[in-house]
Amino acid sequence: MIPEPYLQALFGGALIGLATALLLLINGRIAGVSGIFARALGFRGTDLGANLAFVIGLVLGPLSYSVIYGAWPAAEFRMPLLFMALAGLLVGYGTRLGNGCTSGHGIAGLARLSPRSIAAAATFVASGVVTVFIMRSLEML
Amino acid sequence: MTATLRTFIALLAGILFGSGLAISGMLNPERVRGFLDITGAWDPSLAFVLVGAVAVAAVGNLLSKAMSKPVLDDTFHVPESNGQIDQPLLAGSAIFGIGWAISGLCPGPAIASIGRDVSTIYVFVLAMIAGILIHSGQTTESDS
Repeated sequence: MIPEPYLQALFGGALIGLATALLLLINGRIAGVSGIFARALGFRGTDLGANLAFVIGLVLGPLSYSVIYGAWPAAEFRMPLLFMALAGLLVGYGTRLGNGCTSGHGIAGLARLSPRSIAAAATFVASGVVTVFIMRSLEML
Repeated sequence: MTATLRTFIALLAGILFGSGLAISGMLNPERVRGFLDITGAWDPSLAFVLVGAVAVAAVGNLLSKAMSKPVLDDTFHVPESNGQIDQPLLAGSAIFGIGWAISGLCPGPAIASIGRDVSTIYVFVLAMIAGILIHSGQTTESDS
């Protein structure tokens, strides 16, 4: 028997997969959040309206969850703001340079067995594991 | 008309994506970082999210192979499957992984949490936009 938090993770993941499939089959687009966000900001590409709409939907989804359940899902925010600012810079720059993030490479890319996405996902998970290990060694966690 | 319908589908996909993130527990940075913490208190939740998401997305991908074009467009805007594994791909992914581990946030959960009144999220998203700006200042992209 799978514990409930993992079942919720599986079900939530399936919804994310459904969003990815819808965007591909109907709009012909890859559901990569970093790319969609950059396009919604007007930095590149076309179809500004659809990209903005996806970003707005992404914000509305959890908002409606919080209205339906009366609270946001549990979360802890423990990192100091300075570290969050540094992390945000790295995530913004890195995902543009690498042309994708956890969604575009990690979900859509793995689902199409794209060699580039498999290499990207292996790289960001490895880099993340090493970073957390270093943070632990420095007693930041 | 077609563009309007595409915008509606994108909105729907965004709502589904954001709801999935909320239900899966992935809006909690500590659980995301917990997945990367293999020598500490490892939390496998993210692997379950990934399995659920990739399984459904793979069905979508198989269906797309049987279609000559998407329902509301003339062509699938999908990168070539034989693209090169080059240095920008690997360097960018490595840089992203560092930021992902420090914050416990990637672009999806960060943007999906904007409605939440948490200064950490605002700082992260603004810095992320700055990172995108720095990159677009270095390159002149013309792709879609």
